[in-house]
Amino acid sequence: MDHHHAHSTGSRDLRMARSMCWHCQSEMAGEYFCERCVKVQPVSKDTDYFICFGLPRRLTIDQNKLEAKFYELSRAFHPDFYQNKSDAEQAISLGNSATLNTAYRTLRDPIQRAEYLLDLEAGSVKEIRTSPPSDLFEEILELQETVEAYRASDRDSETGREILAQLVAERQALDQRKQDMEHQLEQLFTDWDTLQDRGDATSQARAERDRLLKQMREILSNRTYVKNIVNDLAETIE
Amino acid sequence: MTAMARIIGIDLGTTNSLVAYMKDGKPCVIPGRAGRAMVPSVVAMTDNGLIVGDSAKEHLTRSPERTVYSVKRFMGKSLADVQNELAYFPYALTEQGGVIRIKLGEKTYSPPQISAMILKELKQRAEAHLGESITKAVITVPAYFNDSQRQATKDAGLIAGLEVLRIINEPTAASLAYGLQDKTQGTIAVYDFGGGTFDISILKLKNGIFEVLATNGDTHLGGDDLDRRIADLFLSEIQTGHHIDLTASPDHMQAVRLEAERAKIRLSDELNTQIEVELPDGKGRYSRELTRDQLESMVMEIIERTLAPCRLALKDAELTTAQIDEIVLVGGSTRMPLVRQRVQELFGKQPHCNLNPDEVVALGAAVQADILSGGTTDMLLLDVTPLSLGIETMGGVMSSLIRRNTTIPASAKELFTTYVDGQTGVDIHILQGERELVKDNRSLARFRLKVPPLPAGVPRIEVTFLIDANGILNVTAADMRTGQRQSIDVKPSYGLSDNEVERMIEDSFKFAQEDVTARKLIEARLDAEALIVTTEKSLAEGGRLVAEDVLASIRAALSALTSAKDGHDPKAIRARMADLELAAKPLSVALLDDSLKRTLQGKTVTEIM
Repeated sequence: MDHHHAHSTGSRDLRMARSMCWHCQSEMAGEYFCERCVKVQPVSKDTDYFICFGLPRRLTIDQNKLEAKFYELSRAFHPDFYQNKSDAEQAISLGNSATLNTAYRTLRDPIQRAEYLLDLEAGSVKEIRTSPPSDLFEEILELQETVEAYRASDRDSETGREILAQLVAERQALDQRKQDMEHQLEQLFTDWDTLQDRGDATSQARAERDRLLKQMREILSNRTYVKNIVNDLAETIE
Repeated sequence: MTAMARIIGIDLGTTNSLVAYMKDGKPCVIPGRAGRAMVPSVVAMTDNGLIVGDSAKEHLTRSPERTVYSVKRFMGKSLADVQNELAYFPYALTEQGGVIRIKLGEKTYSPPQISAMILKELKQRAEAHLGESITKAVITVPAYFNDSQRQATKDAGLIAGLEVLRIINEPTAASLAYGLQDKTQGTIAVYDFGGGTFDISILKLKNGIFEVLATNGDTHLGGDDLDRRIADLFLSEIQTGHHIDLTASPDHMQAVRLEAERAKIRLSDELNTQIEVELPDGKGRYSRELTRDQLESMVMEIIERTLAPCRLALKDAELTTAQIDEIVLVGGSTRMPLVRQRVQELFGKQPHCNLNPDEVVALGAAVQADILSGGTTDMLLLDVTPLSLGIETMGGVMSSLIRRNTTIPASAKELFTTYVDGQTGVDIHILQGERELVKDNRSLARFRLKVPPLPAGVPRIEVTFLIDANGILNVTAADMRTGQRQSIDVKPSYGLSDNEVERMIEDSFKFAQEDVTARKLIEARLDAEALIVTTEKSLAEGGRLVAEDVLASIRAALSALTSAKDGHDPKAIRARMADLELAAKPLSVALLDDSLKRTLQGKTVTEIM
């Protein structure tokens, strides 16, 4: 969840342009280490995680490549290797490692990765509502009542057992629903990546792009609702 | 390679502690004069001063109320946290500023101070062995230790004169020692069942990277609990069979506890063993046979309690037992056949125990020390924070900022503002734990964020919570409007303040240089001074309540103590203090009666009842 605090929306690529080495003030061209004095450079908290890992901004990514790059950068930044360095370098190492760990955690998980990409691509789809659609909302309310009834009931009684059976069935249905949404998402991810790979700049492509973003946002938000209910339900009946 | 000061690796255990270092690319433990590598984590206050280790262990039954063992259980804890086990400890515990204090003779010591004595012993051992001064160390802690417990361990190092370059988790340290030896690749589970704590860590080993996927545990579950279960059986049998209640006799309680521990250890190799306990006042001895089966049925429930954390760790790592390639056993309690059997049943594989389970953690600490000093460069440990970190929000609910099992270093930012015009501060309460409500989680610290007096909602202060590679929290704040950074004075909920630690470091150096009599003289003088002040205060308040002859003898005793205090004999000072206390007794009784009378005045009978 913490990447939500870590970045704000805006033009990230601009901030990637490096200026000067904090230590020797020379013009920076290298990625994370100054070419002249070899000092580690602070990674901006607003760095695009995809760029950080050298990956294209896509929803399907090469997990092996991600992990290999994570290990490589960990070896470059980890505080273990800065014990003999100056306080300034130790502070940069600590900050960079923390940012790197957040970036890795975000990109490794497909859902978090999609959420992150949606934030990056926000633009025209910013105003999408995040409340559940009314049919889902009504279901949640109804289910909540059943859960309450179950909690109040004598669990060994006839009614208690009946409600439990009902809740178990509800849970199965919700689990199925969650899975369906994940399948839908997978399809949307592929569609998105294909569209990006084509790289069309036509108004038709732009409309398609917005449609995909909007759909992903909706399903992601509904999935979060369903996931929370399933967890809540599991706690009550297990 | 430039010569860097040597860094030693220390396993500061509940029952035993060890020190190790890297020699020609191989970690090895440093033995003491008697050739034993393990130093019992026991500190005894004797007439000749404080002693540590094997010699202190002999005092467990001789002077139990002045011999501290298992102090690790009290690190970073308040008295309320350990309330239900106080009866098991023969030494007196009090509390000051949210930190437990242990009473030894005339003085009280915090758990970090006691731990520092053990660390000093290890430091001296290393210095004698290596022939050089040692000032830097890596110290291990249970993976499931919270922030306060880690901070307390770091404080102990400081008090012992050691710069603690890294606090490293015990199971992950063990994995370093194993990985170095076997060049293992794959997913491993480290099951670490020690004297006082239980940890499970699941790691992925790949190309020299040791990535912790999940960790879980119980910092109050260990061999101590097994011993207690066995000792309880002996005590109740002595009670029914011999009609003797040993609970009031600390030395016999200790003897029973130690016999229980020895029997448990013997039963790891044998199927039955003979128990012998000498009873007090020549009432003979308690003896019985104990079989491994009997032991196992007694402690089964405790061992089962280690399995739930294992399942939770697997769940958090999103792995099934079938996906675990190897299981590594660490800690003395894993010598029990029943423990090995249950672990094997859970994971469906034979656990590994090539390395000595008592030494493997210290060996791993030495490997980590070598990584930090630049010796080993191909290995890197990526550990996680064991508990979720959060802050208190409206309605007493915890809002989670950094989830458990997040790779460290980890950071989270939170933006704070005001709700009232001109508000100049925001109170922030930091917590650790997995529960919904604040009251069910561990309070770590509180601090007040300074805010410039502006209309409500205008100030924007960004607070960064950063968990460093030691698993210890650092908090910084910056005013987003001015870009100015703000220093934060964090008050720990269950820890020593910086000033206190500093004073303890000074004390520790001071006492190391002085001989014991000099220290005793200083203490006696301080105590005498305190007694003189309180007696004079009592005289002023209650002189009118007692007879003239009582007053005269108090005054005489006072002047005798005052002149003894200026002398150089601590025994004489103590004797005059006892005289004064005796003389002043009627006065303190009268004062107590008087204040009681005044409290009761004007109250109805039911109120008093």
